[in-house]
Amino acid sequence: MSDHHEHEHEHDHPGEPGSPLADTDLRVRALESLLVEKGLVDPAALDALIDAYETKVGPRNGARVVARAWVDPAYRARLLADAKSAIAELGYQGRGGEEIMALENTPKIHNVVVCTLCSCYPWPVLGLPPVWYKSAPYRSRAVLDPRGVLREFGLELPPHVEVRVWDSTSEMRYLVLPERPEGTEGMGEAELAELVTRDSMIGVARVKSPGKGGRR
Amino acid sequence: MNGVHDMGGMHGMGPIVREENEPVFHHDWEGRVLALNLAAGALGEWNIDMSRHARERMPAVIRSSRSQRPTICA
Repeated sequence: MSDHHEHEHEHDHPGEPGSPLADTDLRVRALESLLVEKGLVDPAALDALIDAYETKVGPRNGARVVARAWVDPAYRARLLADAKSAIAELGYQGRGGEEIMALENTPKIHNVVVCTLCSCYPWPVLGLPPVWYKSAPYRSRAVLDPRGVLREFGLELPPHVEVRVWDSTSEMRYLVLPERPEGTEGMGEAELAELVTRDSMIGVARVKSPGKGGRR
Repeated sequence: MNGVHDMGGMHGMGPIVREENEPVFHHDWEGRVLALNLAAGALGEWNIDMSRHARERMPAVIRSSRSQRPTICA
């Protein structure tokens, strides 16, 4: 990930000259120059937006929401009743979070989220989606063969577990509330949040018990 | 309409390719164009339906090859 946002882009090597990627890079630069020249956008605002999505808006936010729900039954109830408001209690709101529903995983029900139309995703709690979430294979197959897709992610669900697939839109996005893993009884909220992965909040993974390793 | 903007249930798209420790943006232009879209969107010159329609008018072969395309849903 680049951590420089100077307008020179001197370290950016998006592609060979003439390649589609290089063309895209040039077009974006031209667009930015024009919009700035006309006084329609402020370059400082662009830098601030990029910084926000690289450093502030991301799955750590969602992990805090999940951990709070695990330790505080009243918060959990509020989250399941009105996720948008409960998430806003922790200070997370804004674009891509106009409406959010929390989906509770249980020993009998496993929820998984997709956007077959494009890439709708609950930005305030998960940030911008990973490429695989936006990719044709995931979007096409999650609704057709969810168990197969989960297996591809390394999650083999027993037949008695019901799989519920939620297809997002720009008007309704979803956050999976994963099950709290065994062996976490003595852990505090901050420690629990460290265990919660992005994939577990999309529903393509479970939260692993501490010490079992692996996170995404 | 059937196409890359409505992919549920389509066959033959292959395995899901995942990237470990994926960056938020793979190229500087991805962040710039996302920020441009958000900042210019605040001017109120287009609404969510116009923005969706513009995306659907993009040639499918280009759109689907840009798996790293900026993510703004409409």
